[in-house]
Amino acid sequence: MSAATAIQLGKDLIGLETVTGDTIRAILDTAEPFKEISERPIKKVPVLRGKTIVNLFFEPSTRTRISFEFAEKRLGADTVNVAASGSSVVKGETLVDTARNLEAMRIDMVVIRHGSSGAAQFLADRIPSNVINGGDGQHEHPTQALLDLLTLRDAFGRIEGLKVCIVGDIRHSRVARSNIFGLRKLGAEVAVCGPRSLIPVGIEDLGVRVFGHVEEAIEWADALNVLRLQLERMNAGFIPSLREYNRVFGVTHARLERAPRRTVVLHPGPMNRGVEIDSDVADGPQSVILPQVTNGVAVRMAVLYLLAGGRPEQAEEAKKGEE
Amino acid sequence: MSRPLWIRGGRVVDPSQGLDGPADVVVRDGRIEAIATGLGGPEGAEEVDASGLVVAPGLIDVHVHLREPGGEHKETIASGARAAVAGGFTTIWAMPNTDPPIDDPAAVGFVKAAGEAAHAARVMPIGAASIGQKGVQMTEIGELVHAGAVAVSDDGHPVHDSGLMRRLLEYVQTFDIPVLQHAEDPGLSAGGVMNEGAVATSLGLRGIPNAAEAACVARDVLLAELTGGHLHVCHVSARQSVDHLRLAKERGLRVTAEVTPHHLLLTEDLVRGYDSQAKVNPPLRTQADVDAVREALVEGVIDVVATDHAPHHYEEKEREFDDAPFGINGLETALSICLAALVEPGHLRLSDLVDRMSCAPARIMGLSGGTLRVGAPADIVIFSPDERWVVDPARFHSRSHNTPLAGRELPGRVRRTIVAGETRFELEERE
Repeated sequence: MSAATAIQLGKDLIGLETVTGDTIRAILDTAEPFKEISERPIKKVPVLRGKTIVNLFFEPSTRTRISFEFAEKRLGADTVNVAASGSSVVKGETLVDTARNLEAMRIDMVVIRHGSSGAAQFLADRIPSNVINGGDGQHEHPTQALLDLLTLRDAFGRIEGLKVCIVGDIRHSRVARSNIFGLRKLGAEVAVCGPRSLIPVGIEDLGVRVFGHVEEAIEWADALNVLRLQLERMNAGFIPSLREYNRVFGVTHARLERAPRRTVVLHPGPMNRGVEIDSDVADGPQSVILPQVTNGVAVRMAVLYLLAGGRPEQAEEAKKGEE
Repeated sequence: MSRPLWIRGGRVVDPSQGLDGPADVVVRDGRIEAIATGLGGPEGAEEVDASGLVVAPGLIDVHVHLREPGGEHKETIASGARAAVAGGFTTIWAMPNTDPPIDDPAAVGFVKAAGEAAHAARVMPIGAASIGQKGVQMTEIGELVHAGAVAVSDDGHPVHDSGLMRRLLEYVQTFDIPVLQHAEDPGLSAGGVMNEGAVATSLGLRGIPNAAEAACVARDVLLAELTGGHLHVCHVSARQSVDHLRLAKERGLRVTAEVTPHHLLLTEDLVRGYDSQAKVNPPLRTQADVDAVREALVEGVIDVVATDHAPHHYEEKEREFDDAPFGINGLETALSICLAALVEPGHLRLSDLVDRMSCAPARIMGLSGGTLRVGAPADIVIFSPDERWVVDPARFHSRSHNTPLAGRELPGRVRRTIVAGETRFELEERE
């Protein structure tokens, strides 16, 4: 277990751009002992007993919301899910009023998912509760990147020196940004690959290289993180068609076969099979897509535990008591 | 008529007459009566001690948003005119993108009358270029001018249709007024909320590239050449736009341009942390752009400073960055920002700054102000160029307080603003 002195998480987890590599390592180390809780017949420990957590989701989400909810419940917290469509948001309430009302109910933590970049920071600046960013616009999705890092570390035994290429719609992806920041802080080499219309201007300044051809990316990379290509991008004119996207940028079995090494394939989900990734890759031996989902719960437990004031070196001890 | 004024002992800076030195000014019946050293005071005159202060022609701002009608919670014509004199401005041009827009003669008359009633800065209405500012059909420009409009613009929106822009630049020539263009190609800026580049990419915010502005400037320069009409380019922010303006000047076209104080001082880095006070259109750009627009102002490729004063209620700015409105409250910080960005670092002499903020706007727009010549309207600003103050938006005369400069120390305080020979603003002496 790494030294606890390195932890500098502060009140909130908004993104990986603003946390140190040591802190990221400590989160991953803390997640290790929590993995085991989900393997027990009774998946519950009293680490966050008495804590109240609101999952405030302004955008539809299945996987992230459920993963957070499992993490919260397995740590014994009381949770409330607020979906934007069922809340006063549709009546025109502002985010700042929503925040103040939650605060008035004396909650401990908020997980926020929101369509606007900066919304998590906005909330964190205005309430004393801990705020965890569950994805804000096209900015960051730090817990997704953390679970990707944990999965890569499981697969390779290390992050440092790994070559990881993120493939797809980099422009609109908060997963890409969080992965870039996190991977670079842990010493990985990072590249992105996709049609230039989906690569944001200035991405090179974040310390990544850009591949215009997926074949080059596959030849270079130890691991590919394949992003979901949303149908809206075609309608908005960023690419002409999903069919053409698959033909030019799809991660296919045939392309992976020509790789000089066994490429590990990640995908944050949900997948468009036959668009950005072929089924025989998604379901094949190189895929770590389901381990990612499993790790998601452990990583979120670690973040909740640490933000609640837990110490990394005490995580093993903390999870022992069953309820 | 108010009492005559005897403004003594100041440093008179009036580049329209090549003046920069100690002199006294006598004002009577709304006009400059005399300007010389050692002038005696006329009978019954109010003596104004200007020692240690600069006495200059009143500042002229050809680009403000006064929000009335329709946005009175942000600003009214009266509050905006008071904010103007507090900032040293004696004439302001009001943009027509109100609700409803100022696109008919009655609306122009309303702005003019409300401006006169405010009894602060002179308020001159700009008429909409197209009906409803929809960019389709030209307004009755002759009627608008007859009612008091000094220019036309669809500001807030660009005139996107090249054919309409051409017709506007042709048609306005009958009335000898400019078309003020908010230069933006909406296809390139679509959905953008800040400057495009590495900062936007790391923040996950949609970017507006320099080309969105420069492409429109390039087209409009070609149309000015085609038509001979007076094109005035609003709030230039991108270094590539400067290239096209330089070309226009070299060819002797009737093309003028303005730059805002904020684009002369601030960069996109202010957006980090998602501070919606730094959200403005055109967006704050990079240091290379700041350097380029400043250099263009120094060279005269950009003619004037204009604030693009854009007041917004605090509630509207207290939103997610994507949802907050664009705009910076500019009138009461403009002179100070320009002193900090241009004069203190030695890019411009003080007299050149007075030119860019007073004489040049009068010159390019054919106004009677911008000078302290004997016989000219007595529109005067008196300020202390070196006095430092901390920006406290709560003390603004504007109804809104939206500025990214809150808490910043800036040089230059306006002590008194005189319009038509009357003191319309005087800074309360501090204890």
